[in-house]
Amino acid sequence: MRRTYTDLHMCADLSNLEKASGLVEKASRLGYGAVAIPLQRSVHVQMQDMQNVCRNFGVDLVTRVDFRPRNPDELLRDLRKYRRSFEIVAVLCDSKPVARQAAKDRRVDLLNFPQIDFRRRFFDLAEAELASQGLACLEIDMRPLLTLEGADRIRLLSSLRREAVTAADFHVPIVVSSGVSEAIHVRKPMELAALSSLFSLPGNLAADAVSTNPSTIIRRNREKLGPEFVAPGIRLVRKGKDC
Amino acid sequence: MNALWNAMMKLYGECGASQAGLSLIGYDPQERIAVVRVGHKAVDMVRASLASITNIAGKPAAVHVLRVSGTIKALRKKAKL
Repeated sequence: MRRTYTDLHMCADLSNLEKASGLVEKASRLGYGAVAIPLQRSVHVQMQDMQNVCRNFGVDLVTRVDFRPRNPDELLRDLRKYRRSFEIVAVLCDSKPVARQAAKDRRVDLLNFPQIDFRRRFFDLAEAELASQGLACLEIDMRPLLTLEGADRIRLLSSLRREAVTAADFHVPIVVSSGVSEAIHVRKPMELAALSSLFSLPGNLAADAVSTNPSTIIRRNREKLGPEFVAPGIRLVRKGKDC
Repeated sequence: MNALWNAMMKLYGECGASQAGLSLIGYDPQERIAVVRVGHKAVDMVRASLASITNIAGKPAAVHVLRVSGTIKALRKKAKL
């Protein structure tokens, strides 16, 4: 079956529609079938504009929200309020308690850790075990690998290699995203998969990280947010007087 | 090619770069397309190196892999489709 390539973290500047269009157009030309763009919590106007842009280029728009809570309580409040408004929920984990809560919570789709500050990357064995019991995936943005050089890139690759091994041991899916905001930094899906080999992610897992894993999250959440969904494994087939 | 060599050396070192067996077959300056020969085991390595290029001669740039093929004849045929 032909893979559908998805970029779950395309940071389009929504205040500049022309720039955002350029980004989506480049993604479409490079073979992406779907892109997820982080939206502000007051979405409506932004979503309509971006949907028009994506429709023009034949790309499926996936709505995403990024939470950066200061503590677990704030995360729970945000999830309660906004979970059903977005198809993808990502948590930027700046502290260990937030990382633990995000990994435990089945409403969180993606765990994202600060790329630059290596002391605040909390994806350790305990985090991986919690994530394996929930639905969260580890998200790795490729933009720092393009922009960093020297010792910073070496340290980042070292952290990512450790995390990739931990994720594989606990069967936590990895999602590789671009994390780019400029069209010139957009890369083809197989180029992102090749960059993943820098931190020893095997070829088949790297290909899944840019196609199967993101598509699975999107399909699962669209089903849950659909009108027919009742509970996991239960959906409304028909309703009326003579069912 | 210098940009590619530099990228490979930054990511894989001189030893890794030497294992790729890189050579430039041809370059079309109008289309800005180059054909590069590489050892088949080093395809992913070269692909990652090309993806890591963000500037050439001080100007922002991006390099993408259009096609990979075992023979130049098949490559030119595929590229025309």
